[in-house]
Amino acid sequence: MRLFNLFKVAYRSLMRNKLRSFLTMLGIIIGVASVIAMLAIGQGSNENIKASVASLGTNSIYIFPGSSAMGGVSQGAGSHQTLRLEDVAAIAANCDLVNHVSPVDQKRIQAVYGAQNWNTLLVGVQNDYMLIRSLGIVQGNSFTESDDRAAAKVCVVGKTVVLNLFGTDNINPVGEFIRVNSIPMKIIGVLAKLGQNTFGQDQDDIIIAPFSTVQKRMMSSSMFVNSILASCKLESQSPDAVDEISSLLREKHKIAPSDDNDFTVRTSSEVSNIFGAISKVMTILLASIAGISLLVGGIGIMNIMLVSVTERTREIGIRMAIGAKGRDVLIQFMIESIVISFVGGLIGVVLGIVVSGLVAHFGGWPVVITVSSVLLSFLFSAAVGLFFGWYPARKAAALNPIEALRYE
Amino acid sequence: MAEENLISVKELTKTYTTGNVQVHALRAVSFVINKGDFVAIMGSSGSGKSTFMNILGCLDSPTSGDYLMEGIDILNRSKNELATLRNNKLGFVFQSFNLLPRTSALENVELPLLYNNKVHAQTRREAAIAALTSVGLADRINAMPNELSGGQQQRVAIARALVNEPLIIMADEPTGNLDSRTSYEIMEIFQKLNDKGITIVMVTHEPDIALFAKTNIVFKDGKIIAHKIVKDRLIAREELKKLVVITEETVAV
Repeated sequence: MRLFNLFKVAYRSLMRNKLRSFLTMLGIIIGVASVIAMLAIGQGSNENIKASVASLGTNSIYIFPGSSAMGGVSQGAGSHQTLRLEDVAAIAANCDLVNHVSPVDQKRIQAVYGAQNWNTLLVGVQNDYMLIRSLGIVQGNSFTESDDRAAAKVCVVGKTVVLNLFGTDNINPVGEFIRVNSIPMKIIGVLAKLGQNTFGQDQDDIIIAPFSTVQKRMMSSSMFVNSILASCKLESQSPDAVDEISSLLREKHKIAPSDDNDFTVRTSSEVSNIFGAISKVMTILLASIAGISLLVGGIGIMNIMLVSVTERTREIGIRMAIGAKGRDVLIQFMIESIVISFVGGLIGVVLGIVVSGLVAHFGGWPVVITVSSVLLSFLFSAAVGLFFGWYPARKAAALNPIEALRYE
Repeated sequence: MAEENLISVKELTKTYTTGNVQVHALRAVSFVINKGDFVAIMGSSGSGKSTFMNILGCLDSPTSGDYLMEGIDILNRSKNELATLRNNKLGFVFQSFNLLPRTSALENVELPLLYNNKVHAQTRREAAIAALTSVGLADRINAMPNELSGGQQQRVAIARALVNEPLIIMADEPTGNLDSRTSYEIMEIFQKLNDKGITIVMVTHEPDIALFAKTNIVFKDGKIIAHKIVKDRLIAREELKKLVVITEETVAV
């Protein structure tokens, strides 16, 4: 009853100064809305990264040459070539959990067709690569194992390469010859369009050729393999598959039990976790900047409430003279600031969701609004109201009624 | 006539200390106010009348002395108890009206009852309307203070003082900001309330206004120097009639 009355008193005071109440609220509204939008955008990009890593195959396994040390100085991952084509064959033959495996060599090259030329990525792989990456062919065919054995000068091209070499991607380039590093190669197939991945990389800007073709005709070294891509039958088996591959490669590379691996094996879920961690850091960064604006909004409340206490000294005096206790005045001012932050928080939640929706719609950026982010920012804003309302309210409650009444 | 002691103060002293200077606002004031009295407190500024009034109104506490209201000791009470006392037993009327700005007359009058949790919303509204009606503002209940004349604002303030059915109304220069005609109208209301049995204590520095009261006391240098019953007490209703006659004569000339 009594609290309800004080609510009424506080509500009437807020409504007496609609514009000021709204402007005070604005700080909280913007704070809450930006926290929600930032978290939604961060969360969205996180999900997107996970999805695009998953599109590489959730059961993929990457094998890179490991770090080597020269005279005690570590050279970092990939600094030393340790993987060979025999390793690929051994994995294919001995690892039961691995169903596909392919060596991968890649380099940037200049492709030429007639008067057009285009700088693109040439990837040399074996046939299994298409299966691991789930790449589709829309025109023509992929190459065969015999093409690989013969180091045939054939290739499969992405849509972007077609567009840039032939001027249009509505053409069937199968059967045409392009020159890659002065070597003529016959186009035997066109890849299905993939679009950009999360990192903005055009996945259609690629030429895929048989591994031996690339290794023997384009690369200076023919001994080593840049990396190996494999896949296991089930995602849940990938840790076991990693162990299987590791022990096989240790054995083949004759590594003593006390020594470290000279290669690195990663699963796609590990890769996705790494990118997830990066995106999480970004999300926290964005959200804390937004959180600061929420804090500033809270200080805005305190500022206005302090001004309000001074401005309404006389009013407080009147209230006290007619029987308001110090506690009543305290609660009234607390309710005012809590109502401001509470209503501001509610509007902020709605605005945040709308802004996230707009970003998703016009920016083409994926957003994910989670219940926890809404709750977090809302509760934080209510706490801000409570915290920053306390000091002005106490100041009001401590006023002496006689002096307050005399205040001009 | 066996008159009941409503307020009795004994040896009331109030001393303010400003820096090293001690100001004696009240020097051992003893006084008794009977139930149903209408007291006008007079005196020049700095004579201690406002301090006296604040202490009577439970807004301030004396440095020493006794204060009994209805035989109950008022001193040594907590701030909250005093607030409840003001809410239940006292009504205040100020010189500058002190209405809440941008708040309708009705809501201003409802205010004391909002701090009394025994009063329900419906009763509160009815009591506020009744109080406004009794001061002749039944048709202006939704008016904002800035839409009302000074006299009307003071009448809203009186209604606010009345709404909790107080024992005593404390009026601090209630006519200080009003012209004589409006002052007489306010005095008319006070006399009507006094006739109903409400005790009124009023500070004023206008001798003609003091003549509407039953008792006059005069303060000087923190002491009561005069205490007299008003012999030729003015009746506000009749004074107002006279004013009407004078106005008409002036117009006729």
